[in-house]
Amino acid sequence: MHVPDGFIDAPTSAITGVVAAGALAVSLRGARRELGATSRAGEAEYGGERTAPLAGLVAAFIFAVQMLNFPVAAGTSGHLLGGALAAILVGPYTAVLCVSVVLLMQGVLFADGGLTALGVNITDMALVTTVVSYAVFRGLLAVLPRKRRSVTVASFVAALVSVPAAAVAFTLIYAVGGTTDVSIGKVATAMIGVHVLIGIGEAVITALTVGAVIAVRPDLVYGARGLRQRLRLRVNGTLVDAPAPTTPVAARTSRRTLWVTGLVTSLVLAGFVSFYASSNPDGLEKVAHDKGIDEKTEEHAAAGSPLADYGVKDVSDARLSGGLAGVIGVGVTVVAGSTVFWALRRRRSADVSPVDTGV
Amino acid sequence: MGAGHAHRLYRHGHSPVHALPPHTKLAAALLFVVVVVSTPREAMWAFALYAVLLAGVAHHARVPAGFLLKRLLIEVPFVAFAVLMPFVAEGEQVRVLGLSLSVNGLWGAWNVLAKGTLGVAASVLLAATTELRELLLGLQRLKLPPLLVQIASFMIRYGDVITDEMRRMRIARESRGFEARGVRHWGVLAKSAGALFIRSYERGERVHLAMMSRGYAGAMPVIDEVTASGAQWRRALTLPCAALVVCLLGWVL
Repeated sequence: MHVPDGFIDAPTSAITGVVAAGALAVSLRGARRELGATSRAGEAEYGGERTAPLAGLVAAFIFAVQMLNFPVAAGTSGHLLGGALAAILVGPYTAVLCVSVVLLMQGVLFADGGLTALGVNITDMALVTTVVSYAVFRGLLAVLPRKRRSVTVASFVAALVSVPAAAVAFTLIYAVGGTTDVSIGKVATAMIGVHVLIGIGEAVITALTVGAVIAVRPDLVYGARGLRQRLRLRVNGTLVDAPAPTTPVAARTSRRTLWVTGLVTSLVLAGFVSFYASSNPDGLEKVAHDKGIDEKTEEHAAAGSPLADYGVKDVSDARLSGGLAGVIGVGVTVVAGSTVFWALRRRRSADVSPVDTGV
Repeated sequence: MGAGHAHRLYRHGHSPVHALPPHTKLAAALLFVVVVVSTPREAMWAFALYAVLLAGVAHHARVPAGFLLKRLLIEVPFVAFAVLMPFVAEGEQVRVLGLSLSVNGLWGAWNVLAKGTLGVAASVLLAATTELRELLLGLQRLKLPPLLVQIASFMIRYGDVITDEMRRMRIARESRGFEARGVRHWGVLAKSAGALFIRSYERGERVHLAMMSRGYAGAMPVIDEVTASGAQWRRALTLPCAALVVCLLGWVL
């Protein structure tokens, strides 16, 4: 599924690059906290130092596990993508980092996935799979009874959903910036059809793997932290809740600067890049227009939307309208993305478990 | 880790391309690919010129053509995809050898094939002439977040260790008569993956403690600061600049 160079046009690649960079910046901060308190709550203040070795080793694990082929039918085999697995085992921020690093190294070293398509690849395979699977996982855990079995079930469904979700995200990116006008319906059918099948394999293996880790080192499974029992002491024959150890408060550095800088950069880039990109019609659009075959394209589902054809309705200047559409697109993405992150963060800070002894 | 720390893709040599500082090479490769991607696909001759430029670099770096071509095989899945395109794309149809092909699809296939191949060739050349550690230093020089570079370096450093661990587990499974034949055996493979995760994570904890005891405080000391002189930048940027000229010609003509 690694997208090569030239598959997605330059402006879309640039915009997804900005999205990926923003996601990485957020994850770098989030991963510090996640890895700081994964197995030993008392060492949270060392979070910054633990990040690099632990995330590096988890990235190496994902890299290796992608080589673990499992037989599907006679002769064919598939391999894990690992986004959902990483999100459940080490937490979403670290997972985004690890999968992105794997993709970066695959792009630079192994020429697997184009250099200009890095943004597309990271947004699609690192960001979408991880965020979707973790959201599904958390949602299911909130509904299901608090047992080990529900963690396995939830990770099955999370992995099952995450792979077609990535396919849908790819289709969307393709719809915006694809270089060939294969109809979106066909791309969607092919991508989602194939990836539902892959998703089933991914789901089974992910659930079994999470189950295997929970059986041995439940404290390592980030997604199962809610299962921890409170430490209770028997004092004079009665069970008493142990006093919660004071968890060190993570330093709240100014996140606002980061957000504002990221937002402004992406807006400028999107507006600026598409300003130039849309100054000439795409070669194909022109051909289609000349031959009069673009009448058929009215059927496109998004044709009536205010942002159809990269332009804002009722804005006549092509350049201005293209730039405006880019800016609006980035704005929507940023708002959607930050809502997800904000929701996740709220949820996590709500269920901080005070004591982490055995499950 | 006994096999040395050079990765399989690196080709040792002392050519002028090998000698360039890593970050100049990274920047040059990235800019080159950006220029290639933004070339209009109707300008077929431009892509031929790009290929000639890359061949010149390969000759300069003394990377044999066979090596380069063999490494290009990685994009075979996309070739399959590109071949499919003329059959599924819509629009004007043209008949070739009795088959009805879409003109747009043919252009699209050409577009992906040409740009994809050039992109892969550029990164293969980069990986073949730059040592791994240098590459990471170069990424750091290009202002990638240091934490990200550290994670990448740990991944590279321990990737072989973890892969070897997985290989040993496979040999252990096979020596007990196990052979994954179908869906029923997924459980065994998943348990292996779980064990591999625990081992990787625990190794991470040990590595972290070992580094702490040696005075690690969150940043790796940079011993050999790489700097690039103006002349080296100019030499490295010759490739993307030449490509840019070709690209502009492609838009004008």
